[in-house]
Amino acid sequence: MIEFLIQVAVIGGLIASAILVYSFRDLLAAALAGGFFSFLVSLEFYILQAPDVAISQAAIGAGLTTAIFIIAIRSTTRFEEETP
Amino acid sequence: MRMSKIVRTGACILYPLIIVFGLYVVVHGHLTPGGGFQGGAVIATAAALVLVAFSHADIAGMVRKIVFSAQESLGLLLFIGAGILGLLAGAPFFANILANSGLLFGLAVPPGSNPGDLNTAGVIPIMNIAVGVEVWGGLAIILMYLFSATGGEGA
Repeated sequence: MIEFLIQVAVIGGLIASAILVYSFRDLLAAALAGGFFSFLVSLEFYILQAPDVAISQAAIGAGLTTAIFIIAIRSTTRFEEETP
Repeated sequence: MRMSKIVRTGACILYPLIIVFGLYVVVHGHLTPGGGFQGGAVIATAAALVLVAFSHADIAGMVRKIVFSAQESLGLLLFIGAGILGLLAGAPFFANILANSGLLFGLAVPPGSNPGDLNTAGVIPIMNIAVGVEVWGGLAIILMYLFSATGGEGA
């Protein structure tokens, strides 16, 4: 039962962080929300007893991908312009 | 553009801890979850942390790209060398000739349930270490080329 509640909480966090990625105008905050999404996916892999995949997801998804996004945002602009 | 002093100090404190955890995942690849690829990706995350925290001029003063390129080639050579080691002993390619031999990583696995002995499994830890070194160098050089292509400057 407790495991079911944890999975419901993780899936709710996944949906919330995905909506945050879509709705942020600040691209740095959107990249960090994407990193938090990957962290929750890694937590879900660990709950489903795949710690091997969880380590890969935490390192690649939450670490390297967020770093690549931050490097790209530092080279361009941080705030998204209003579309005409 | 470099980040604030808080970010730079935090990156310098976290950098050795992340590298030690990544090396733990690599070396214990035959005992615990994880292995060469996962540990190498964790260590590359430490390089990404330093790349994000410092400016382009600082990174150019710290390390050159040829180091990571040579490290990637060294990992691949070590992996192929571990395979040819079996051929030199008269066994098939990638034969596990070091297991139960008493040499490097050569002890026998103790019977029954036990916490795991690091000094077992023969060629497999050597292949894990080779893959870890190769993934470390490969992912770090991808990040460094991206970082230098964008110049690390901007708004």
